Amino acid sequence: MAEEVLVFGAWGSPFSRRVEMALKLKGIEYKYIEEDITNKSPSLLKYNPVHKKIPVLVHNGKPVAESLVILEYIDETWKDSPILSKDPYERANARFWAKFIDEKCLSAIFKACLGEDKEHEKALEEASELLQFLENELKEKRYFGGETVGLLDIAANIIGYWLGVLEEASGAELLTREKFPKLCNWANEFVSVSAIKENLPPREKLIAYMRNRFGVGTTSK
Amino acid sequence: MVKNDVKVLGAWPSPYVMRPRIALNIKSVNYEFLEETFGSKSELLLQSNPVHKKIPVLIHGDKPICESMIIVEYIDEVWTSGPSILPSDPYDRAIQRFWAAYVDEKWFAAMKGLRSAQGEERKAFLDQVTEGLALLEEAFGKCSKGKAFFGGDRIGLLDIAFGSFLGWLKVTEKLNGVKLLDEAKTPGLVKWAERFCADAAVKSVMPETEKLLEFSKVLAAKMKGAPPPKN
Repeated sequence: MAEEVLVFGAWGSPFSRRVEMALKLKGIEYKYIEEDITNKSPSLLKYNPVHKKIPVLVHNGKPVAESLVILEYIDETWKDSPILSKDPYERANARFWAKFIDEKCLSAIFKACLGEDKEHEKALEEASELLQFLENELKEKRYFGGETVGLLDIAANIIGYWLGVLEEASGAELLTREKFPKLCNWANEFVSVSAIKENLPPREKLIAYMRNRFGVGTTSK
Repeated sequence: MVKNDVKVLGAWPSPYVMRPRIALNIKSVNYEFLEETFGSKSELLLQSNPVHKKIPVLIHGDKPICESMIIVEYIDEVWTSGPSILPSDPYDRAIQRFWAAYVDEKWFAAMKGLRSAQGEERKAFLDQVTEGLALLEEAFGKCSKGKAFFGGDRIGLLDIAFGSFLGWLKVTEKLNGVKLLDEAKTPGLVKWAERFCADAAVKSVMPETEKLLEFSKVLAAKMKGAPPPKN
C-alpha cells in the first residue's frame, strides 16, 4: 500500500516546522499543506476538531495533532535515524526539557522581547534564568541529543532560530554569546544541519512578519 | 531490588502525585512515599526538582524524574515485565498522549478556573468543563472500543491522566452543587469512573472525597489574600 503522509502547517510556525524537520531527518516523503490560520480549511477543522490548530500530521488518513505528540509518533513509526534515546532516563530527560520549552520558555521569550518598558527588565531576567537551565543542560554536547539531532533539539528550534529572528525584529538582546556561549554554538550547529536548514522560514520574510504582527521595530521606544 | 531504590516525593491530595503511584502499583513496584508538608518544600524536593520545585518527583536510585506524565512513561519503559501502561501501536499511543495533554492543558485548567471564579466567569468555566467532558465521553467510546478503560481491558496512560482528577471532580460537584459526570450526558464516563476508582492500583491512593473537601477548605483559607495560585 502506498504510504500517504500529509502535514498541515504554517510557513512561519516553529511548531509545524518541528514536524517537517523530523520527517526530513528520517527521509520521509510528505505532502505539505499551507494553512491560512485566519481562514482555516475544512480539512484542518476535520482533522483537528478539538484545537483547530496546526500542525497536524495525517498518516494514511489518520490525524495526529500537537507537535510533541507528533514527534513521538514519527519516531515510533519510522525507526531509522531515531530522535530519542533507547534509555528511559534519557528519554524522560528529553521530554522534560521539551515540555519546559513549550510551557515556560515560549511566553518568557515573548515577554522579554516584546514586553512593555516597565516589565522589560524583569522579563529579560526571567527569560535569562530559563535559558540558563538549557545552557547548563547542553554541557559539552554538540546537540541536546548528543552526537545527532534529537527530539529536544527539534523542540528547541524556537531558541535555535526563531528567538534570533525575534531579537532582530524587536531590537531586544537575550541570547547573547557572552551569557550563553554553549547555546549560541548549539544554535549555529543546529541551523547548519541540512534537514533543519531546508525547513527554516526565510529570515527577512519572518522578520517582516513579526514586525507587522507584533508592531515592533517600526516606532522608536 | 532494594526497597528504598524507588521513592516518590508527593502529597496525598495531589492528583499529579497519584499518577506515578498508580503506575508503580500497576507494575507491582515497591516504593517509599515521602510526604511533603503542606506549605513548605523539603531540601530533597528542591534538590531533585530545581527547575519547578514541584511534586511529584520519582527518585529511582539516585536519579530524579519530574513531571507526572513523564514519570508515568518512564515507569512504563523501565518496568517492562509488568502490564503495559501505553498501548503498543504508535497511533493508539499518540491518541492517548493527545488526550492526556488535553486533560492537563485545557480541561483541568478550566476546572481550576471554576474554583475561584464568580458570576459570568464562573458560568464560562463551567461550560468549558462540561464541553470538555462531552469530548472525553466521545474519546472514551473510541479509545475503549467497548472495553472497561481508555486503555482497553486494563488501566492505561489516559485512564491515569484523567482518572487522577476524579477526587477533585467530586469536590467541585459538591462545592458548586452541579453534576459534572452525569448518567444522561456522560454514561460511559460515569461507569468508567466507578471502575477506575475501584481498581486495585488506584484504591489505595485515591483520597476520600470528604477528606479532599476538608482539605479544599484549608487550601481556600490559605489562598485568601494570597496571590492566585500558579501551577
